[in-house]
Amino acid sequence: MNRIKSAFENGKAFIAFITCGDPDLETTAAVVKEAVKNGADLIELGIPFSDPTAEGPVIQGANLRALKGGVTTDKIFDFVKKLRGEVDVPLVFMTYSNVVFSYGAERFISLCKDTGIDGLILPDLPFEEKDEFLPVCRKYGIALISLIAPTSENRIAMIAKEAEGFLYIVSSLGVTGTRSEITTDLKSMVALVRQNTDIPCAIGFGISTPEQAKKMAGLSDGAIVGSAIIKLIEKYGKAAPEYVGKYVKSMTQVL
Amino acid sequence: MTNKNGRFGVHGGQYIPETLMNAVIELEKGYNYYKNDPAFNKELSELLNEYAGRPSRLYFAKKMTEDLGGAKIYLKREDLNHTGAHKINNVLGQALLAKKMGKTRLIAETGAGQHGVATATAAALMGMECVVFMGEEDTKRQALNVYRMRLLGAEVIPVTSGTATLKDAVSEAMREWTNRIADTHYCLGSVMGPHPFPTIVRDFQAVISKEIKEQMLEKEGKLPDAVIACVGGGSNAIGSFYHFIEDKSVRLIGCEAAGRGIDTLETAATVNTGKLGIFHGMKSYFCQDEYGQIAPVYSISAGLDYPGIGPEHAHLHDIGRAQYVPVTDDEAVNAFEYLSKCEGIIPAIESAHAVAHAIKLAPTWDKDKVIVITVSGRGDKDCAAIARYRGENIYE
Repeated sequence: MNRIKSAFENGKAFIAFITCGDPDLETTAAVVKEAVKNGADLIELGIPFSDPTAEGPVIQGANLRALKGGVTTDKIFDFVKKLRGEVDVPLVFMTYSNVVFSYGAERFISLCKDTGIDGLILPDLPFEEKDEFLPVCRKYGIALISLIAPTSENRIAMIAKEAEGFLYIVSSLGVTGTRSEITTDLKSMVALVRQNTDIPCAIGFGISTPEQAKKMAGLSDGAIVGSAIIKLIEKYGKAAPEYVGKYVKSMTQVL
Repeated sequence: MTNKNGRFGVHGGQYIPETLMNAVIELEKGYNYYKNDPAFNKELSELLNEYAGRPSRLYFAKKMTEDLGGAKIYLKREDLNHTGAHKINNVLGQALLAKKMGKTRLIAETGAGQHGVATATAAALMGMECVVFMGEEDTKRQALNVYRMRLLGAEVIPVTSGTATLKDAVSEAMREWTNRIADTHYCLGSVMGPHPFPTIVRDFQAVISKEIKEQMLEKEGKLPDAVIACVGGGSNAIGSFYHFIEDKSVRLIGCEAAGRGIDTLETAATVNTGKLGIFHGMKSYFCQDEYGQIAPVYSISAGLDYPGIGPEHAHLHDIGRAQYVPVTDDEAVNAFEYLSKCEGIIPAIESAHAVAHAIKLAPTWDKDKVIVITVSGRGDKDCAAIARYRGENIYE
């Protein structure tokens, strides 16, 4: 859990989301290394799910490409084990509850610890259902990362008080995907978070430009970018690592 | 039968994005208030009776009974409701509830199109905006229902993601709800999804078993020996079962769509081929692979072509109170034709799954036994597809 904290210790954090196995795991490894080389402080590794209900079309596409390419949870654990030997930044999994549940919570979460995963983000696991996995996460020291949304309002204090790792602030209504404008009153959301917890918070959903990243990180402790990176991978395929590296640099330079 | 966060045994719950949590909490509060409000219930009863045509008939199928030579068969005629299926029971309830809660827009998923048509109908009646998500594959299978929804003023959005069928329509409707919550109610069509939907939809559909019980006591002076209904998500089945759950002498039988057979991959029989999982906001049984990826299910029936089952059914299965049997495409098509020729009633292909099981069961039972089959919808919408199944190239 301390490793997640380290991502926020050198100024504002830049968090990159990458779907494992899109288009293949070799490319994913190269993309992660390029992102880290260019200043990414934490990597969210997406385990693809057939029906990702919180994702917009871009990340849905990455999920389907990865599954079509034959990636599985087992292959991803093998991949992470190898990757862990090459990168030091915190790594967290982002996936859906059924991927963890069907693998077996104990088996999945203990393997997270064994392979060097630091946290777990499950967008379909709200506060009310977190006991599904929280006791096992605690047992193995894996942070179960909570999300708050523009509609959370009276729930923010309750969620923040029990948050672990970092708090993922969803910038806008709707699903993942780039947005030209973010209109949520994030300043008051972050203020409420700060009143209730000392753990860092980062803003995600809709961020694609350096200007947006700077603004969002300015309001919080970091910016999370997913769809903009996935778009590059979709466009350049196996040649994407170089382009992702340049893109991450353009973002981290302004933070 | 529910406890905290809407659990039915281990099943149910609220596995949804944080963005939707206050919406489902608000819905639960609204529902708990209005379900005990005499004015709301009076208005809903009037709508169900005067607009939708309730109570629906419990019809003694004399010819079918004689032909099968065993148990007496009654048909619960949900096909005679306005819009042609049981779906209107739930939709009128939810639309009225949404309106009382200040919502002005309804969104819905639909498989066969019956729930979409019912939602579009209620929206037209109550002056609400309506958007229906329907798998692109289903918009082809059920083109007539797409036209009906548009005629009623709804926008129909074909869903191309995933398998382009019912599960993808549900996913897309959920995504749209996270996008626009303040003025929008997600009018979920089955006893599935996050709490409180499985409870709300069950309560609005429970009118079916309430009526069956009264009508059966009047006609036969006793309870039925079995109630048979088709199950996709399971709303007409839970509606048909609910008031009999405590009457242990009544066998409750849900008929799942086996597609080309439960030993093939082309099936949608969730209880018979699925395993416990978490999807679409609930814990229940789902057709899935060893890594929890949801299976691309198949059935000739667009309305049963769903990889999951409502959490209350999963629980009734666990405790052995209800039995869930697979029925293949072939058996359902035969039953579709059988009921049409035998009784002059064309059932929906979904309902034909229940008829098919009754055809197998009735001859094995004594003549003093009574079976109720819920005919959840009418089959006009299916005629072209069944003709094509039989090799007749007709188009609507």
